[in-house]
Amino acid sequence: MIWFRPCRWLLPLTRLVSNLAVTLLGLLLVTFLIGRVVPSDPVLAAVGDRASQSTYDKAFIELGLDKPIYEQFWIYIKTVASGDFGTSILTKKEIVDDIIRVFPATLELATVSILIGTLLGVPAGVLAAVKQGKLIDQVVRVIGLIGYSVPIFWLCLLGLLLFYAKLDWVAGPGRIDISFEYAVNPMTGLLLVDSAMQGQWDAFKNAFSHLILPASLLGYFSMAYISRMTRSFMLNELSQEYVTTARVKGVPEWRVIWCHALRNAAVPLVTVIALSYASLLEGSVLTETVFSWPGLGQYLTNSLQNSDMNAVLGATLLIGAIFIGLNQLSDALYSSLDPRVRKRL
Amino acid sequence: MSFTRWRTAVVFMCFWLGVCTSAQARTPTDTLVIAWSIDDMLTLDPAESFEFSAGEILGNSYQPLVGFDLNDVSKVFGVVAQSWSVSSDGKTFSFTIRPGLEFASGNPITAADAVYSLTRAVKLDKSPAFILTQFGLTPQNVDEKVRQTGEMTFEFETDKPHSPQLLLYCLTANVASVVDKKLVSSHERNSDLGYNWLKTNYAGSGPFKIRDWRANEVVVLERNENYQGPQTTLARVIYRHMPESSTQRLLLEKGDIDIARNLTADQIQAIKENADVSVQQGVKGAIYYLGLNQKNPYLAKPQVRQAIKHLIDYTVIADTLMKGKVSVHQAFLPKGMFGALELTPFSLDVEKAKTLLAEAGLADGFTVTMDTRNTAEATGIAQAIQKTMAMAGITVELIPGDGQQTLTKYRARRHDIYIGRWGPDYQDPHTNAETFARNPDNADNADSKTLAWRNAWEIPEMTAATDAAVLELDSQRREQMYLDLQEKQQQSSPFVIMFQEIEVIGTRSNVKGFVIGPSFSTNSFQSVTK
Repeated sequence: MIWFRPCRWLLPLTRLVSNLAVTLLGLLLVTFLIGRVVPSDPVLAAVGDRASQSTYDKAFIELGLDKPIYEQFWIYIKTVASGDFGTSILTKKEIVDDIIRVFPATLELATVSILIGTLLGVPAGVLAAVKQGKLIDQVVRVIGLIGYSVPIFWLCLLGLLLFYAKLDWVAGPGRIDISFEYAVNPMTGLLLVDSAMQGQWDAFKNAFSHLILPASLLGYFSMAYISRMTRSFMLNELSQEYVTTARVKGVPEWRVIWCHALRNAAVPLVTVIALSYASLLEGSVLTETVFSWPGLGQYLTNSLQNSDMNAVLGATLLIGAIFIGLNQLSDALYSSLDPRVRKRL
Repeated sequence: MSFTRWRTAVVFMCFWLGVCTSAQARTPTDTLVIAWSIDDMLTLDPAESFEFSAGEILGNSYQPLVGFDLNDVSKVFGVVAQSWSVSSDGKTFSFTIRPGLEFASGNPITAADAVYSLTRAVKLDKSPAFILTQFGLTPQNVDEKVRQTGEMTFEFETDKPHSPQLLLYCLTANVASVVDKKLVSSHERNSDLGYNWLKTNYAGSGPFKIRDWRANEVVVLERNENYQGPQTTLARVIYRHMPESSTQRLLLEKGDIDIARNLTADQIQAIKENADVSVQQGVKGAIYYLGLNQKNPYLAKPQVRQAIKHLIDYTVIADTLMKGKVSVHQAFLPKGMFGALELTPFSLDVEKAKTLLAEAGLADGFTVTMDTRNTAEATGIAQAIQKTMAMAGITVELIPGDGQQTLTKYRARRHDIYIGRWGPDYQDPHTNAETFARNPDNADNADSKTLAWRNAWEIPEMTAATDAAVLELDSQRREQMYLDLQEKQQQSSPFVIMFQEIEVIGTRSNVKGFVIGPSFSTNSFQSVTK
């Protein structure tokens, strides 16, 4: 019946919106409270140590710190609800403008990293599961273990030393060479996309050469996790009866592994990859610092250190929204990968 | 096993090799690329800016009314101002603007711009405004006190007959830079005096103009073709934000940057072996000190303060730990400033310290805490001090924290010992005397939070002496007053002044002519050649 249709969609939609609102509100409240509890004076960040008392007092009132905490929080929520995230103490710009400036750098880095991580991690995990206990399994495990346990900061410096300083294969820190700095017109903020859209292939190559080392290192890091998870999901699937059935039926082994087992292991794997991607999108502070990458991680850390609460809250909201969004996306993928889930919906 | 790892590495490398260009572009000859951690930069408005990095950038892109000779700081010369005179009562200064000067925008510089710049800074009342308001200016009276008297002349009236030196030195500070009235006014919104526009834009007349600033990423300056002084050979100067010093070293040795600003002492030692790179240094005005809170009953004893001054191995810290990034200095005026005292009466003397502690009735020592900013420098110095203090039985517990945290605690007077770094706000000795030797009100809610106040050091006599030195018109007598003040302060104060900072930078060998001044705003790259 026609009147029934909108309700079928309305219910999950309302559930999604209320989920989003409650989660983000909780996130904001916790971040806000932590920000106020930290024994560091936000007015100092705004006016510095040398300002006169009158300048200090003026800034104190401008920042709204003379009001009780619950009132400050209420005012903040009200302004956020109207789409205004406030101004950063540090950059003096609208938080939205700041995030639009720093987030594409992180998005570009994280996307290439997760691609590398997935493309290498999944086959490595499958291989390890199939050859369980054999040499190749041990090798994948050790490589994964190294990736997971070596400090990323050290790995980044070593990577720079080898591939940039000694071998000269990749470009150094930063997103692009200064000669291309103003050549690319920022449209999306993603240098690879912008330069490709404008047909500036020299700039594209240069940006790629800057990106590939940090992206590979972060990719290696997520590969370690993804390959471990793939291995364990695959082991679980390979011991199922349907696999034995397929083998008995005479299905070729590669088909059994890549089409039957992996297809089923892919369902939980989607969540693993989505969450790895989300944590990369938070911005990897250490990698960004070593590679002078002007991304979200550096922005957030710097804001935190300067008690720039508007910026911290804005960035936290974005990260929260990313996590929720990717979770929803992996749920949606579930239903396309798993017919049983589809049926339930 | 190792074979497989090697094979994996080869696969990775081939992947990179296939997609990356192998030849890297180095910096162009007309461009100077400087790597520096510039995350302290808040604004480009001279009326608000008070940070090191922005100070340097504004110092090279704006012109002040007057400047001083870096080699002989007592020599003050006119920059935008051509000449000046002081009235007989010592309260009114009349300035004449140099004719024929232009802003980068092409607008001529007149007295109206100078008056606008000074009154604007006072009315906005941002962090550095006190440099001007200490002459009795308020947002209400400034239009009357700083007044235009002709097309190219204006007057500046102070509340008291201050030493003319003080006013002139204060006018060399960035806050008194001349901004383009016509340009800034055209961007005024809701009578904000162009504040919201100028914080990210440029309206000056210096050798360079600021083309672009992206916070925590890059600042780009270009040659100002309208600048009347000698034209620079550089077409542009680029500051790249680079928080990690190892990265700076790599890029410098590789030639992708021309100057690295945040190298550690060890890295400086290491690059000395590279012929393509050289090291340049200059004395800075900042001093490192310990503040001993007088609210702590142990530290309030004069003998204990004296003992601590004998429990620091000044030379070892300066030479071995800091490897030339500081020099030993024990008076509150840094070397190079007018009236600086170069006497260094204290050195490590454990026996003397023990005797002093016994006199204070603390022969067995005591325990105190030290709030330490978590930078490599502060932590290193603090640990060295912890070790030597232990020799006389004083147990020092270090409390590391980030800059804002330790500062918040210090300003609330809740520390025992604070290890601090203080840079002068302007070139006159009063800037440091005012904070190290003046405490007009020791109450917890006092308005003036000088360093003497932060350490709860009550000094009515010394405060009076500091105030008198500001009003002394004769410069020789004034110099003697500061020398006396420092000698007295050095012995009795709860400040253990230890070192003066030396700025050390790494440059490519072909980079010549970078000038390191006593403050960041006097660092100049105007005459750099590559």
